[in-house]
Amino acid sequence: MAKVTLEVNGKQVSKEVPDHTLLSVFLRDNLNLTGTHVGCDSSQCGACVVHVDGKSIKSCSTLAVDIEGSKVTTIEGLAKDGKLHPMQEAFKKTHGLQCGYCTPGMVMSAVDLLQNKKNPSDQEIREWLEGNICRCTGYQNIVAAVKEAAGKM
Amino acid sequence: MASLVGSRVERKEDKKFLTGKGRYTADINIANQTYAIFVRSPHARAQIKKVDTSKALKSSGVVSVLTGKEIAEDKIGGLIAGWAIRSEDGSEMKVPNNPPLANEFANFVGEPIAVVFAESLDEAKAAAEKVEVDYKVLKAVVDPAKAMDSEPIHKDVDKNLCYDWLLGDRKAVDEAFAKADKIIKVDLINNRLVPNAMEPRACVVDYNTATEEITLYTTSQNPHLSRLVMSAFGNVAPENKLRVVAPDVGGGFGSKINVYNEEIVCSWASKKIERPIKWVAERTESFLTDTHGRDHVTHAELAVTKDGKFLGFKNETIANLGAYARVFGTVTPTYLFGPCATGVYVIPAAYSNVKAVYTNTAPVDAYRGAGRPEATYTIERLVEKAAMELGIDKTEIRMKNFPSQFPFKQTLVHTVDSGDYVAGLEKAKQMADYAGFEARRKKSEANGKLRGIGVSSYFEACGIAPSAAVMSLGCGVGLWESAEVRFNPTGQISVFTGSHSHGQSHDTTFAQIAADELGVPMENIDVVHGDTDKSTFGMGTYGSRSLTVGGIAIVNACKKIIAKGKRVAAKMLEVSPDEIEFKDGEFVALKSNKKKTIGEIAFACYVPGQRDEMKSPIPEGDEPGLIESAFYDPPNFSFPAGSHICEVEIDPDTGNVKVEKYTAVDDFGRIVNPNIVEGQVHGGLAQGIGQALYENTQYDETGQLMTASYMDYTMPRADNFPEFNLGFTCTHATSNPLGVKGCGEAGAIASPPTVMNAVIDALGGQEITMPATAEKVWKACKAMKKSNAKAA
Repeated sequence: MAKVTLEVNGKQVSKEVPDHTLLSVFLRDNLNLTGTHVGCDSSQCGACVVHVDGKSIKSCSTLAVDIEGSKVTTIEGLAKDGKLHPMQEAFKKTHGLQCGYCTPGMVMSAVDLLQNKKNPSDQEIREWLEGNICRCTGYQNIVAAVKEAAGKM
Repeated sequence: MASLVGSRVERKEDKKFLTGKGRYTADINIANQTYAIFVRSPHARAQIKKVDTSKALKSSGVVSVLTGKEIAEDKIGGLIAGWAIRSEDGSEMKVPNNPPLANEFANFVGEPIAVVFAESLDEAKAAAEKVEVDYKVLKAVVDPAKAMDSEPIHKDVDKNLCYDWLLGDRKAVDEAFAKADKIIKVDLINNRLVPNAMEPRACVVDYNTATEEITLYTTSQNPHLSRLVMSAFGNVAPENKLRVVAPDVGGGFGSKINVYNEEIVCSWASKKIERPIKWVAERTESFLTDTHGRDHVTHAELAVTKDGKFLGFKNETIANLGAYARVFGTVTPTYLFGPCATGVYVIPAAYSNVKAVYTNTAPVDAYRGAGRPEATYTIERLVEKAAMELGIDKTEIRMKNFPSQFPFKQTLVHTVDSGDYVAGLEKAKQMADYAGFEARRKKSEANGKLRGIGVSSYFEACGIAPSAAVMSLGCGVGLWESAEVRFNPTGQISVFTGSHSHGQSHDTTFAQIAADELGVPMENIDVVHGDTDKSTFGMGTYGSRSLTVGGIAIVNACKKIIAKGKRVAAKMLEVSPDEIEFKDGEFVALKSNKKKTIGEIAFACYVPGQRDEMKSPIPEGDEPGLIESAFYDPPNFSFPAGSHICEVEIDPDTGNVKVEKYTAVDDFGRIVNPNIVEGQVHGGLAQGIGQALYENTQYDETGQLMTASYMDYTMPRADNFPEFNLGFTCTHATSNPLGVKGCGEAGAIASPPTVMNAVIDALGGQEITMPATAEKVWKACKAMKKSNAKAA
């Protein structure tokens, strides 16, 4: 067992968990933050993407103990004071989601892209999102959402 | 009031998903729950000689270990084939038993043999490793083309043949072929696909020892059907003691139609061990055990005249059912496939013969399009090849054989109520700049690249399924849908539907429809689905049926509300009901212009004593309350259609195929919400292009699944696609009051032949099988270079 202390969505949390606890499991089972999804167990689909110290990572292949002391933002922590984040607004506006399962990871990944590059081209967006699989949308409206959000962040 | 139907309303369901507040099955936890892990067969075909659970039972944290023996002793039934199909010789199809836990034989890798319940997931996994199964490994039957010549894998299923089915007239086809100038032939493989909904299957079961009610939370497209099957065939619990909830479900695409082994086993076991149970599939378990799609081996021929008129069509197909026949397994390669075989063309003589075989692979069932992609791929490859061999333009040959009028009575089964195939193809040509292709081909050539263009024109029969039509075909099943519109006293409305949304946006579209019918803001309407304790029995969502069947049930229930509202308003306004007009949410007495809003009527229906007149507003013969329900059984299928055009560029040095342009022009009748319809087309196209270029399910000769993770199975990603160019032609369906047609599957139906026609065009007519991977295309490019060099 290991004690893991993190700042998650602005709140300090500390839990005693088995050493092999993945960040995705820690968030979902220990903190009940079930917005972070697990879709593949092999770090391919990106449904589990969260931010650790501001950068997008796949929480299904990160050990919770490995990021001891970090700041974690999950999809639940993106909206502030009841107001949706511009990326969330953009996904809604462009119909960038259908079943919603890949959406948290997709949104967190897209936010990180715009933190790195203010006005990416279509091709740059598509290449960045290569690590996030969506089976519903054919990606077109997700690309549209990222373009919509660019400039509003 | 402006109509909401037709407008780009933002989705009501989005906020919860975007803020991480969706509630999927795996998000549900119940106090004191145990964790289930299934012990699965590592062999494709084996006799189970002994299952020893003694070591597992002693493992830390284990609550119970159950096997096929216990489930058989408790007389829990197995999984079922939902549709009865008869062979050409009149004999009934052959369906083997499919117990929830295999007891005597395992018939595919991943088939569950035993299950462990433990206090934690880690302990359940550790204990599952300690279940010892003694197998006698048998030679697996894997290749569907060889299945009939292999040893039967099931007792009483001779030649591994489920049925040998015929639709059409062999003699008429022979006569047509005798008159032909040319016979066009294709040999095709429709590659096996894994649906891959992003949410893996899961179930959470709670048994209430006081009420003896089982509550099953599960990843289902049709919770009522799951309850029915588990109750009527599974003997798990009577329907009134079994509640099935499909909460937010992360995609289905057909793979979540079936009630699966795990749901039956966990529901049964929860009662047995008197503990809640949670099971969540890992992705590889999903690959191994979710129902797969397609998997046809086809030889087809088209008889043509030299000027390109179609005379006759024949299709001989072997369809792989996998190890067992499941809910839509037997109907997908027959009645969802055969009747669509002749496509959008007038072909006077036709038949389809399908031999469905069992193999030691995962069961094959409906996957987005289900039968219609296979039919469309066959006819559209033939038509494109005919154009090439006859030297006729590929759009001209299609135009030449389109029907000249609607309703279009096809040779095989369907009477298509409406459409305009010429307008669709013309529009696609214009949007795709078809005329400018030659210039683009030359430009690619100058850059050392090969460019091809492909066309396909399709129709499909969806909105499954009109009972009368289906019964007349001898299937023994019909699929209507239910709806209930429930006004609360304060005027808010709950619309209950038997359809289920797992991405299709019912909360929004159904609210749009009901809001228009009832003349209220859509914010006042909540759409309720996915819980057998809330909604009346319903059939669920698949086969592009939600709007065309479920949506019409809602419209009909709304019409009953208005009819009752008129009677109540008439009494309140002291006029006769035929003097009341309903418009924009108000009941207006035509002569006096006095009015009551629908909200006032609802209130009066529930709280009659609180009114100024102090007498009941409920007319004689009516009851209090404002709730109406409807069951809608459509008179016909809905027939969306369209034409798609694709341009690909191939790099002959790498074999890489790039989709440069994709134009889709579809006719979905009246469109309720363009955003949502476009989204459905985008998703369908991605899956269809995925089938054509990337996705393949590969078993080795021993029946091991080689593509059981995202490291091995190519899921299409964002950078695999160009921006799709969509257009619509809208001929309203005449078979339903909204004029709507299904839109959910069209993209996946039309796109595989469109892309493959483009690839084969770029390769100078060389046949290539799906998926057209870089390796295959590179080899084809090399062969082409050689033959070009020879010719020079």
